[in-house]
Amino acid sequence: MTDVSPAVPHYPAGAAPRGWFHRNQQSLAPWLFLAPGALFFLFYVIFPIFQSFNISLYEWDGLSPAEYVGLSNYRDLYWEFVDRDAFYVSLKNNIIWLVLYLLAIPAGLFIALFLNQTVTGIRIYKSLFFFPFVISQVVVGLVFTWFYDPTFGILNTILDWFGLGPINVLGNERYVTYGIIAAGLWPQTAYCMILYLTGLNAVDPEQIEAGRLDGAKGLRMLWFIIIPQLKPATFIAFVVTIIGALRSFDLISIMTQGGPFGSSRVLAFYMFEVALSEYGFRMGYGAAIAVVLFLIMLCFIAYFLWSMYRDEKRA
Amino acid sequence: MFPKPIERAPRAWQLTYQGLLPVALIAWLLPLIAVAIFSIKPDSDFTTGNYWGWPSTFEGINNYRRVFFESDMPRYLLNSVLITVPTVIGAVALSSMTGFALGVYRFRANLWIFFMFVAGNFVPFQILMVPVRDLTLDLGLYNTKTGLVLFHIAFQTGFCTLFMRNFIRALPFELVEAARVEGVAEWRIFWFIILPLMKPALAALSVLIFTFIWNDYFWAVVLTQGAESQPVTAGITSFNAQYRAAYHLMSAGSIVAALPPVLMFFLMQRHFIAGLTLGATKG
Repeated sequence: MTDVSPAVPHYPAGAAPRGWFHRNQQSLAPWLFLAPGALFFLFYVIFPIFQSFNISLYEWDGLSPAEYVGLSNYRDLYWEFVDRDAFYVSLKNNIIWLVLYLLAIPAGLFIALFLNQTVTGIRIYKSLFFFPFVISQVVVGLVFTWFYDPTFGILNTILDWFGLGPINVLGNERYVTYGIIAAGLWPQTAYCMILYLTGLNAVDPEQIEAGRLDGAKGLRMLWFIIIPQLKPATFIAFVVTIIGALRSFDLISIMTQGGPFGSSRVLAFYMFEVALSEYGFRMGYGAAIAVVLFLIMLCFIAYFLWSMYRDEKRA
Repeated sequence: MFPKPIERAPRAWQLTYQGLLPVALIAWLLPLIAVAIFSIKPDSDFTTGNYWGWPSTFEGINNYRRVFFESDMPRYLLNSVLITVPTVIGAVALSSMTGFALGVYRFRANLWIFFMFVAGNFVPFQILMVPVRDLTLDLGLYNTKTGLVLFHIAFQTGFCTLFMRNFIRALPFELVEAARVEGVAEWRIFWFIILPLMKPALAALSVLIFTFIWNDYFWAVVLTQGAESQPVTAGITSFNAQYRAAYHLMSAGSIVAALPPVLMFFLMQRHFIAGLTLGATKG
């Protein structure tokens, strides 16, 4: 601690020798504690967002000097001048992901309600149900690729018992996105389930008793008494599910590489494909796709922050 | 609770429920069980089309031995450890400080800095991809574990700060005030008063970050290539290319790659769930 303190004449004699740093430490300390983390975060996360905006205005292959092209990358995206049927297919798939991924929330609630009992061994059941979330998406992707496999996958083996199939889920342009989303829902449902299990633990038993006396049963009980009390859990489930849906990269990359014929692409994958794969290093074009994805996300981020801000003000 | 506690239900329903549990669990984990079965089958079962029948011989030990001794798998696993552990330490260390700063001090920019961390934590990776890759190249850290670790630490600091700050806010503030009255220096308050109380948060975050980073695939693909630096999530794809159609080995490899976070979860379950569900009950 360096205390090269300027003379502060009117200061009480006892405090003077403690120096400038000591006297100001309460206002300085937060900045010193923040500095390493915040700087790191600024350099690796915040600045790159703005850099991406900037790069999206250039044509750049990552090596040779970048050429300023204004908004032409966005124009190309809008009219699909470069890749036919890529941008809008990705955008459409992103929306399908967003909507269907939300099924993880009711599904998680359902499993949580099912498991919210006290019988012997229930704790082990709860952890085993949660299991899929801990496994990496890469492995989930592989597991489901085999699950769907038209020659030996369990799905088709089971369909075969009923005299149906075989369906090549991942090879069919119509089913492929839904197949991948189903794979993604598996860990995501597990996550929502654990959120709700914790939420259910905190449900107020008196309110349930009161509801029961008033004759609330089954779905009415669930809807009017339980679900309102689960609101914090639902909020978190919503946040993580939306983020999960828009980050859907791993599964697509592992299961289909965006295929067949690009029909399972989403913006996250399309961007990677454009900027960093054998399709060439079109960094500017990729950045423009990333910006579109970011703007979609920004709507949700703004909503999340706004809700948090409201809670902070209330506290 | 809801639905009606099973103890109060008729005996018949109790038994049905107990019988339903294992069935539901098997259905839920079916895709995984299939992979586990694949991993102990011999090669010949796949060529003869015996996919779902009883394994003709149990080759589990042999399959896993081949994964460990005849492939790059150990290398990838080691890389994963060398990437994950420093990231956990770095992110937890940085965020316990930022969390302390945002949780204890009241100053004007507090909430805005906090929101910066939260918002940054939510952004899609793709918006960072080109600049971060470029930055890593400029630093000469492309295709190194260090490059990956630095980025992971920075990015995870966002989530960890959110977590730590909320945890510290819930601690009794009187402790800090009392220490200040005693004239305890601020860094000592952090080190000797707050940090010991944060042990549960530190444990919870460590397990969570371990899992997140171990399972990361996107950044592994963007910032590294090749067996000398790639973690196991990226390595498994080259492993699978090497053993194309050797389902018994690919299954064994996948299980090996998935195992460390699973172990972590079962060993530290309480902390893990406490971490994931922070905030799920407040309000």
